[in-house]
Amino acid sequence: MSDAVPAADPQAMAVAVEGASKTFNPGRANEVKALEDIDLDIGQGDFVTLIGPSGCGKSTLLRLIAALIDTTEGSVLVNGKPADAARLDRDYSMVFQRAGLFDWRNVSRNIELPLELMGWKAADRRRRSAEMLDLVKLGEFARHHPAELSGGMQQRVAIARAMSFHPKLLLMDEPFGALDEMTREHMQNELLRIWSETRITVVFVTHSIPEAVFLSTKVVVMSPRPGRIAAVIENDLGERNEATRDDPAFFANVTAVRNALRGGH
Amino acid sequence: MTGSAAGAGEDAEAVDDPMVFEQLLRQRAAREQRRARMRRTGRQVVVLGLFICLLAVLYSLYKVVGGGIDDAQSDWPLIGSILPESDDLKMPPVLDIVSGIFDEPRGTDEPFWSIVGKEAAFTLREAAVGFAIGVVVGLGIAIVLTTSGRLERALVPHVIASQTIPLIAIAPIIVIWGRKSFDFLPFEWQDWMSVSIIATYLTFFPVTINGLRGLQSPRPENLELMDSYAARWGQTLWRLRLPASLPYLFAAFKIAATASVVGAIVGEISAGVKGGLGRRVLLEAQRYTTGPERLYIAVLGAAVLGIFVFAAISSIEYALVGRKGRETVT
Repeated sequence: MSDAVPAADPQAMAVAVEGASKTFNPGRANEVKALEDIDLDIGQGDFVTLIGPSGCGKSTLLRLIAALIDTTEGSVLVNGKPADAARLDRDYSMVFQRAGLFDWRNVSRNIELPLELMGWKAADRRRRSAEMLDLVKLGEFARHHPAELSGGMQQRVAIARAMSFHPKLLLMDEPFGALDEMTREHMQNELLRIWSETRITVVFVTHSIPEAVFLSTKVVVMSPRPGRIAAVIENDLGERNEATRDDPAFFANVTAVRNALRGGH
Repeated sequence: MTGSAAGAGEDAEAVDDPMVFEQLLRQRAAREQRRARMRRTGRQVVVLGLFICLLAVLYSLYKVVGGGIDDAQSDWPLIGSILPESDDLKMPPVLDIVSGIFDEPRGTDEPFWSIVGKEAAFTLREAAVGFAIGVVVGLGIAIVLTTSGRLERALVPHVIASQTIPLIAIAPIIVIWGRKSFDFLPFEWQDWMSVSIIATYLTFFPVTINGLRGLQSPRPENLELMDSYAARWGQTLWRLRLPASLPYLFAAFKIAATASVVGAIVGEISAGVKGGLGRRVLLEAQRYTTGPERLYIAVLGAAVLGIFVFAAISSIEYALVGRKGRETVT
């Protein structure tokens, strides 16, 4: 139980979406076609951002991958399994815009939540929680309560909670959207460090172009009503650090994403 | 607040990590808040004492104004026309009430406070059992209703309708059931248990209504989080819905606890159960002319009992959720 990395076909794509559509409230007056004919492959270890204007269905697509909602048509495979089987196998973990920590639990117990649900022993949970706090550099705050932490620290705890059982895939829904610009850049650096240390696959929803380009190996540009994939931009910036933010290649790709977003309308 | 910020600034000189610095600020502010809360509690006790004295003074003043001495007609305007007259029978003097607490009523060798105290304890047992059953039943109904929106829409109107039936009307039925039909139980049914059931009828309602709202209070993303971890229904209930509903439940528990005292007293009176405060109120009303202060003392006893159960629930709430919930720092 201590080694919780799920057995997955190493050859399988982390995520394989094929011909997926999603219609909310089909056949009713408030019917909304959120996504249409989505094809998307995400390889193991990729860092993929989904970007687009609000209403383009990027969060919907993330929830289809998470099997929190069902596809209307098409299929979603995660690690070669149907998305819902992957959910039940705990192949992935999610981070939301709001940290969503439980106020009544201290930081350490928040991180232990998924481990509790999986039936881990208390001593194992405690050990893993301490490792995770070190990973997000919040070691001294184990016994603090969420209300005592700033927004950025809370979001780091949420990331530690999400990674606690070593999932293969991390799904992030605008996780830094509510943070101020300074904290946001700091969190982006931290996330990249965690990603390069753990080689976890990340699918990251954002509406910030610089954030998408700075973080990801691949930017998926979406267009709205109904949500479609307008372009997939390979974003090979190599090793990233603070200097990357001033790199001409970075700006070139920011421009490329911006143009793709405009073309999508 | 500026004082605490400057104080934390001194601590923070050795700290260059902005997050640790911010943390120091927060801890300092939390400490200040705790001290302020203690001072507030002390002030509240003083204010309560002054308030009781003020009530006694107002009561005595009205007796003077209302012409209570020797049953003389009042000379003051409004008295006797708009405001009722007062005399020592209608409003026994405050000193009579105070001395009545310590007097031994005729035919007993026990001070009256002790008699009322024992009866309050009897009523407290009825109320506590009624409260406990009401919490279990009320929360049970709320949990069942949480499972389906359709069930909630179908059953909540019936829960509300249940409270439109007068308590006094159902009390005798419950007592008769207790005496005649509950002999299948492994213990002997006693009348005070029927009074507890009557109290339950009042207590389950606020628990169901607030519990339902509390169980539905987690944000959608917190429920999605539990789904993403493939949490079972019971795990989500125990680890998310129930803890999230505690503030709502304690609001309901406070209403339910005071209602359980009301239910127990009304239940005793309408079911004719001996031994509690309800019976005492009835008795002292019947022999009011020979000792009006005793009815006042019995009613005061009921008030103290109500305040006691309210305070008991409040302190449990503080121990369970208060400290963590209230230390939010900006």
